[in-house]
Amino acid sequence: MSEIIRRDPRREWIARNRLHPDHLSVLAELGKRGASATTEWMGPNGVIRRDPHAVGFIGPNGIKRIDRSGAQQGGHAVVGTTGTKESRRLVTIDEPAFLVAVVPDMPGGRLSAHDRDLLGLARQLADADGERSGAVLAVIFGQADLGGLGDAGIDRLIVLDGDDLDGYAPEARLAALAAVERELAPRLWLLPDSKLGGADLGRRLAARLGERPAAGVWQIERDDACALGWRCTGRGAAGSSDIQRTLPRVVLALPECAEPVFETRHAAQPLSLKQALPSLLGRIEDRGQVAVDPAGVALSEAEFILSAGNGVKDWDGFHHAAKVLGATEGASRVAVDDGFMPRDRQVGATGTWVTARVYMAVGISGAIQHLQGIQSCDKVVAINLDPGCDMVKRADLAVIGDSAGILAALVEMVERQREEKRDAA
Amino acid sequence: MRPEALGEAVLDVAVLVSVGRHPVTGRARRADQDARGVELAKSLERAQVTLLHAGTLGEEDEEALRGYLGMGLPSLALIEQPRGADVLPALARALEEANPQLVIAGERAEQGEGSGMLPYLLAERLGWPLIGGVADVESIENGTATLLQALPRGQRRRLRVRLPAIVSVDAAAPAARQSAFGPARRGEIEAEPAAVEWDEAQTEWSVTPARKRPKRLKIVKAASARDRFKAAAAKAEGGSGQVLTDVTPEQGAEAIFKLLKEEGVLR
Repeated sequence: MSEIIRRDPRREWIARNRLHPDHLSVLAELGKRGASATTEWMGPNGVIRRDPHAVGFIGPNGIKRIDRSGAQQGGHAVVGTTGTKESRRLVTIDEPAFLVAVVPDMPGGRLSAHDRDLLGLARQLADADGERSGAVLAVIFGQADLGGLGDAGIDRLIVLDGDDLDGYAPEARLAALAAVERELAPRLWLLPDSKLGGADLGRRLAARLGERPAAGVWQIERDDACALGWRCTGRGAAGSSDIQRTLPRVVLALPECAEPVFETRHAAQPLSLKQALPSLLGRIEDRGQVAVDPAGVALSEAEFILSAGNGVKDWDGFHHAAKVLGATEGASRVAVDDGFMPRDRQVGATGTWVTARVYMAVGISGAIQHLQGIQSCDKVVAINLDPGCDMVKRADLAVIGDSAGILAALVEMVERQREEKRDAA
Repeated sequence: MRPEALGEAVLDVAVLVSVGRHPVTGRARRADQDARGVELAKSLERAQVTLLHAGTLGEEDEEALRGYLGMGLPSLALIEQPRGADVLPALARALEEANPQLVIAGERAEQGEGSGMLPYLLAERLGWPLIGGVADVESIENGTATLLQALPRGQRRRLRVRLPAIVSVDAAAPAARQSAFGPARRGEIEAEPAAVEWDEAQTEWSVTPARKRPKRLKIVKAASARDRFKAAAAKAEGGSGQVLTDVTPEQGAEAIFKLLKEEGVLR
C-alpha cells in the first residue's frame, strides 16, 4: 500500500448531497454521523475540517435552524422545556431556625395564583438570613392535590382533613390553627387577603392570638430596626391609603405581593400534629351552597361559562344546554354582531375579560382578541369542527364534531345523572 | 306602629355605623357598607334597630351620621371617643350593656386603618359567633338565624347561626335606600361619654395616600435567544391539550362531562 492518501471524489460528493439515496450510509462510513464531535476533524493534510451540515438542528417546521447562543450543539435533538423544569435546584432545610406558616386558600384543591405569590413572600421572609434560614410551613385543609406543592416553595406540610373542617367551618379551622400555633409556634403567619376564606380566617386567627395584623400587605422590605427585621406596606382605609409599619406576626397579603417561587424545588415534607384536634360544638352550621341564577352572575366573575360562536346553528339547543349545565352564557363577537346574543355577553378584548374556572367554547375558532379575553381561564373546553383552529390549540380538552349533537348528548347525560341521584335519594 | 305595640317578640338589632369617606371627593359621608347594614336591619321583621357609633361629633361627622338617620331611624347612640382612640373597649362595653341579639357591622371602615378587624375583635371579646360577608337574612326563629353568605363569583351559601351573633356585610348586600332630608334633621343623636383608651401603635405608622401598585412584568427566564423569542412571539397554546377527533357525540360528551365533574362546576 502506498502512503499517499487517496480521495474518493464520488463518495465525497455523496456525502455532500443530502438527497442522495446512499447519503446516510456514506456518512456513516466516513464517520461523520451520530457523535456530534465529528463536526470537526483533522483533514488529510493536517488542516481542521468542519462539516457545515452537521451544525444546527431541524426545527419544528422541518427547517434547519442554527442557534448561535451556544445552548444547542449541532446534531442534537431539540431540548424540550421539560428539561429546564427538572433542573430546578432542590433545597432541603433539615434544621430550620424558625417557621413561616402559610395557610393557602386552595380553591378546588389547587394552589391559586394568589397562594403562589404568598408562598413566594414566605420564601423571601424565610430565606432572608443566609445561614439561619427558616422553613415554610403550609397548613392545608381538606382534600387537596398534593403534587407540585414542593415546586411552589413549601418545606413542611400539614394536611388537616376531617368532616368538621369541610365547607364553611371557621371555628373548627381556627381551633386547628391554634393547635398548630401551640405545637410549632411559627414566627410568622401569612394568609391571603382574599374573599375565598383567607381574609376571614386570618382575622379570626389574629383576634385569637391577640396580634394586630397587617391587612392588605403588598410590599415588604428589610429594616433591622423592626422587631422581626422587616417593614411592610399595606392598604388602609378601603384601599385609599398606604400604611407603612413594622411587620407584625400575622400578615394578610394581597395578590402579587411577591414573585412566586420558580428557581428552586422544596421538600414539602409532611408533618402531623401530636395531639388530636379538639372537637368543639360549632355554633355556625353550613347548609351548603344555594343555587343562583347563572344568568344573573356578571360575566367577568362567572365560574363556568358556556360561550357560543359562529359555529352554533341550533340556538335553542345552546340556551337549553346553558340552563341545564348551570352555566353563564357568553358569546364571541360574530355571534353578537349577527344578533344572536346581546352585546353584554361578548367575551374578548372588546367585550368582557372573563376569569372563569371552566370556559366552554362552542363553535368558536379563537380569534386572538377572543383568546386574550379568556387568558385567565383555568380550563378551556372547545367543541369545534375544525381541528386546526387556534381555540383547539388553546383548549385543555377539544372535541372535534358537530356542536349541536355533542351539546345534546351532554345535556342528556347530565339530566340522566341528576335523575339517578334523585332516585337514589 | 312600633313593634312593641303588637305585643310580639321583638328582635333587638344593633347596627355599628361609621363615618365614611367619599372615594372621589374625600368628603365625609355615610359609609357604603354600614348603610347596607342598616338597610339589612330595616328589612328584618319585628326588629328593633338601634344605631351605634363611636367617635366625635364634629360638624362633618354629624352630617355623615345624619345620613343614617335619614334612612328612617329616630335616633343614634353616640359613644364619645376622640380621634386616635381605640374604640373597641368602649364599643364592647356598650354592646354588653345593651345585649342585642344581632349585631350588624360593615366589613371594613373607609377611614383610618380599615383593617376590618373590629367585628372579629368584638366577637372574640364577647364570645359570640361571627359570620362575614352576609348578603341576606332569610329568617330568624327560635334563637337561630338563617343567613345567606356571599361567596366570590356571585355564589351564595346558606348558614345557620345561633344568636346572639355578629354579622358583617359587604358590597354583596342589598343597596342602601336613599337618605331623606327631613328625618335626617329630626333624628336625635344621643351622645354619652365613655372611658378613653388610646391606640398607641397607630402613632408609629406612616400613612400616605395610596400609591399605584407597580404592574407585574412578565419575566421570561430563558437560557437562549430562541427560547426568549419563542416566549415573546408565542400565541396562546395549551400544549398539553387533549384533542378528540373522530368520536361520536356521546363519547365527546362523556369526556366533557368527566372534566366538568372533576372541576366540580356541575351541581
